[in-house]
Amino acid sequence: MTTPLVHEPSTLALTVNGDRRSVPPGTSLSAYLASLELDPRMVVIEHNRTILRDRDAYASLILLDGDVLEIVHFVGGG
Amino acid sequence: MTASIDLATSLDTRFEIGGREFRSRLMVGTGKYATNAQMLAAIEASGAEVVTVAVRRVDLDRTKDEGILYHLDPQRYMLLANTAGCFAIDDTIRYARLGRAAGFNEWVKLEVIGDQQTLLPDAAATIEATRVLAAEGFKVMAYTNDDLISALRLEDAGAVCVMPLASPIGSGLGMLNEFAIRTIKHRLGVPVIVDAGVGTASDAAIVMEQGVDGVLMNTGIAAATDPVRMATAMRLAVDAGRLAYLAGRMPRREVAVPSSPTTGMLDP
Repeated sequence: MTTPLVHEPSTLALTVNGDRRSVPPGTSLSAYLASLELDPRMVVIEHNRTILRDRDAYASLILLDGDVLEIVHFVGGG
Repeated sequence: MTASIDLATSLDTRFEIGGREFRSRLMVGTGKYATNAQMLAAIEASGAEVVTVAVRRVDLDRTKDEGILYHLDPQRYMLLANTAGCFAIDDTIRYARLGRAAGFNEWVKLEVIGDQQTLLPDAAATIEATRVLAAEGFKVMAYTNDDLISALRLEDAGAVCVMPLASPIGSGLGMLNEFAIRTIKHRLGVPVIVDAGVGTASDAAIVMEQGVDGVLMNTGIAAATDPVRMATAMRLAVDAGRLAYLAGRMPRREVAVPSSPTTGMLDP
């Protein structure tokens, strides 16, 4: 019998706009936005309290367990 | 021969804020409309170039096109992100930075609210937030009370424009302190745009008659029974008020002065 391996989680837990969400390991931010059917040009992302100003960097940003995302956009206001 | 008035020249409609030239002195918000189509028609009727928007979380279980960018063309309108709903300096700065990261411009309509019931601004916090954001290169349009000292401090802190209220947000009470607004306009070097409190066209005209550079409103148009018609009325009233200011009103008198000759009357 072999000793049990450390369990690799099959999903990562994120907090997105205050809600718990899960994604497969290795998911990039751009893939995650695509899964939400969000157009990156229409939203602004804050990743672990850092505002991402370069949308081209979304593809290389790999989400990690415990990451906190805020996804915001413009709505009607005065 | 009758003298004709060229409205295009008697109205000095071009003015500058923070190095950018504007034509319309009416700026409008995009909140509270029944439909997006109604909002667009009202903005169009208002003639506004600058439209304010708020920064909020995307509803992840949304209908797909709820973001305002699906409806408003950022090439056609200057989108002015606000920090509405912020009560703390840190939150306000965070919202301003999120708005800038949308990638349209460096402008922010800065609001730091000090009281939930009246939505009156926290002037001290607004001054501090203005200082931070101006240093980061933001062009800060700072919403504030009808108070000269906070207006002067905001200018010192780097605001490109100071926006005193006519009356509380969404109240429709019109201009409550003409003297204060005139004093602010007289003393500030940066443009003064009155923001909040306009309820109907006469309110907008009275605001502009004080000599301020412009006026920003949302509820006064959006909460009218017919917003598109009210937007038209506001456009005309802003022009009328500006024109009246430029024309220079007659002095107020507590006694009547006859308009017709007092000589040449018949014997009784």
